[in-house]
Amino acid sequence: MQQQDAVFRALADPSRRSIFEQLTLGEAAVKDLTARFDISQPAVSQHLEKLRGAGLVSERREGRLVYYRVEPRGLRPLVDWLAHYQAFWLERLDKLRTLLEEMEE
Amino acid sequence: MSTNTETIVVEYTLPHAPRKVWRALTEPALLGAWLMQNDFEPKLGHEFTFRAKPMGEWDGIVRCKVLELDEPRKLVYSWRGGSGNSTLDTRVAWTLEATSSGTRLTLEHSGFLPMNAMAFQAMSKGWSGNVAERMSALLDDHAS
Repeated sequence: MQQQDAVFRALADPSRRSIFEQLTLGEAAVKDLTARFDISQPAVSQHLEKLRGAGLVSERREGRLVYYRVEPRGLRPLVDWLAHYQAFWLERLDKLRTLLEEMEE
Repeated sequence: MSTNTETIVVEYTLPHAPRKVWRALTEPALLGAWLMQNDFEPKLGHEFTFRAKPMGEWDGIVRCKVLELDEPRKLVYSWRGGSGNSTLDTRVAWTLEATSSGTRLTLEHSGFLPMNAMAFQAMSKGWSGNVAERMSALLDDHAS
């Protein structure tokens, strides 16, 4: 769930969401993104670092330039309720079984 | 509800009579001891909540409504919650069948949207539909 938290935090910021949205169109370097948004280059780099930390984008170096692209699997932690509840019910039903042992008939 | 959803099914054989299992499923104190703190009442249409410790952006609250009640055979309630960006709209069904040695208890937690669809529901809030489509295509390409 920690990874899920990181994804939520990364996308909670409107500027970061816009950058992520832009990257869904295709790979881009920091300077391309700076040109498209009214944000300074250091700010864009900081947003990208947060997105990368959350596993939402990955980077690729080419010479002096760093290109960023969307990491589709990064969204998975956001949506994996099914896996969460599979584990949850098994654990809780074990507790139910123990409780039934302790209850009077 | 869409048919394109996923269901968790768990089946248990318990050495206890259905009436006793029913009590553990419907008496708030007993239910709270193994599941979560709640204000459940065995009344059709009753709205109640389960409360757990908040986790990340999840407020720890599950909102429910009794949809079916057939003591001591069947209990169904809606199960809604999730975080601000990732909502959950599901239902939980308990079926109790008497056996010679006790009870066959079946839990069916249904209505989970397939992961991808869910991502898009979450993402498209406040985003344009085009982004959702592009992400959908990307995820399909990367489906493991």
